[in-house]
Amino acid sequence: MKYKSQKVAYWFFALSMLLLVLQLTYGFIMGFARLGYDGLHNIIPFNTAHTVHINTLVVWLLSGFMGAAYYIIPEESESELWSVKLAYVQLISLAVVGVAALLGYHFNIWEGRKFLEIPRELDWLVAINVILFLVILLMTIIKGKKKTTTSWVLFGGLLGAALFYLPGMISFDSQVLDSFFRWWVVHLWVEGVWELIMGGILSFLLIKLTGVDREVIEKWLYVVIGLTFLSGILGTGHHYYYIGVNKIWLIVGGIFSAMEPLAFLAMALWAVNMYRKGEKKHPNTLALYWTLGAAIVSFLGAGVLGLAHTLPQTNLYTHGTLVTAMHGHLAFWGAYAMIVLAMITYALPNLTGRKLYDHPRGRAAFWLSNIGMFTMVAAFAAAGVAQVYLERILGYEFGDVQNKIQVHFWVLIMGATILTTGLILYIIDFIKYGLPNDEAVTK
Amino acid sequence: MLSKKQAKTFFIAGSLVTFFIFIGLTIFSLSKSQDQSNSDKITESVAHGKHLWEKNNCMGCHTLMGEGAYYAPELTNVIKRRGEVYVKTLLKMKTPWAPRGRKMVAYGFSDEEANDLIAFLKWVGEINLNGFEKVDRTVSPLPKDKMKN
Repeated sequence: MKYKSQKVAYWFFALSMLLLVLQLTYGFIMGFARLGYDGLHNIIPFNTAHTVHINTLVVWLLSGFMGAAYYIIPEESESELWSVKLAYVQLISLAVVGVAALLGYHFNIWEGRKFLEIPRELDWLVAINVILFLVILLMTIIKGKKKTTTSWVLFGGLLGAALFYLPGMISFDSQVLDSFFRWWVVHLWVEGVWELIMGGILSFLLIKLTGVDREVIEKWLYVVIGLTFLSGILGTGHHYYYIGVNKIWLIVGGIFSAMEPLAFLAMALWAVNMYRKGEKKHPNTLALYWTLGAAIVSFLGAGVLGLAHTLPQTNLYTHGTLVTAMHGHLAFWGAYAMIVLAMITYALPNLTGRKLYDHPRGRAAFWLSNIGMFTMVAAFAAAGVAQVYLERILGYEFGDVQNKIQVHFWVLIMGATILTTGLILYIIDFIKYGLPNDEAVTK
Repeated sequence: MLSKKQAKTFFIAGSLVTFFIFIGLTIFSLSKSQDQSNSDKITESVAHGKHLWEKNNCMGCHTLMGEGAYYAPELTNVIKRRGEVYVKTLLKMKTPWAPRGRKMVAYGFSDEEANDLIAFLKWVGEINLNGFEKVDRTVSPLPKDKMKN
């Protein structure tokens, strides 16, 4: 770390960790409810647990992206942040809005649209918060000494995320239009602009960790994000197959979303090749684990498991079943959770001055969380395929099928326990690093 | 070999072209002639039903047109499957119920609210979903007692 203002990043990472704990907790509430242990139903019914689970996910990732940006942009621009005070204001307001939204979900205050449950009034506060964040970053880039591709791509992704939040704020009386534009947010985030953010962070980490020439890394960054948009924008069509819009999306969505794995494959190949070309001198091995892990697991989760049910002929049967949960879990984990954890693992030693580069607990955190997540995904896959067959092919009642596939929810809980163990170890490390300090900055 | 500038051009050109095609397709598929949702039949009651659907986050457990949380049944065809009386009764119920073991919040909707939700679900049930409406079947083709084993 070279700039004192980079310390802001730490607090965004800390907020991320806090929300991650909440996400895991509510995940368990849902898992046990699926098994019939729903003692919390009167206080936290399933829809509350589900909404908290997916919203804490989005916010902890966003907070992680913001922390990453506050760390990366000063270093890339070779300049202190434009305003540290405003960055703290932004942090606190993000936390306040987040907590207010999460509390509201326990009192039936929401807009029940998956992933966009934040009530309209708070939407505006989110918008202001994000504008403030973008202004701080933009001013830092503009007044900085260098304007690198990595920082522009990262900024572009964050700006895109802000812009594509807006279609979700339009009201419709038609459920079809509502759903159509909801995907402008959700899909164009996770299979569009968020990949720019991921690409920007990955590029920064590869430059730092492998020592390969920046020009080479950034060239391939363009190729990766080029493939992402080329496939991902029209790939939105795979959400439009069966929601009441015309059949043209079956063809367009089918073809382009089938190409989406290419972007993730390119990303994985890019990361692995840069590592192989590199000097392998950087001592932060754990950061390298998470970085390469993110590139590879995102290909498996978002790419391969996405492809597994993206063709309309398959999706006709898997649409709206646990097969989607299978893909969703590994895609979010590989692409976004792991890249945030990679960034934190890279940044913490530099922020705190404590050089815990490679140690058993850190490795255990990496392997346990991944093994746990793959176990969960296998459970969702088995449950999902069984559900599709029993419910969609044989035509059994939803509730009967859910009872029949209950064994898979036990495996799910088992996987979640392993995952959580890994993440608790990660958080213990996070705490053990201590607080960021100026002494570390000057090193 | 590909240069950085060429890679950048590929990114910008590819993104712009696909984005414009996407906008074009959106305008086309949302045009009046392509409507397959009977949007002219969205009455005030249907719109209010949708509002209630969102306000109570029904999607947080159920799915509708395949979208939601996979905890409770798909409701696209629920009116055809169960009939209005059944659905209305449970929407108005003030005590929690747990069909096949999973609890639903007792919303205790008023008569008018229940009617609006039913109007909304009926409207959804008439949408042409490109075949998905047939996958979410209304009648089980096999004897139920087999499931009990």
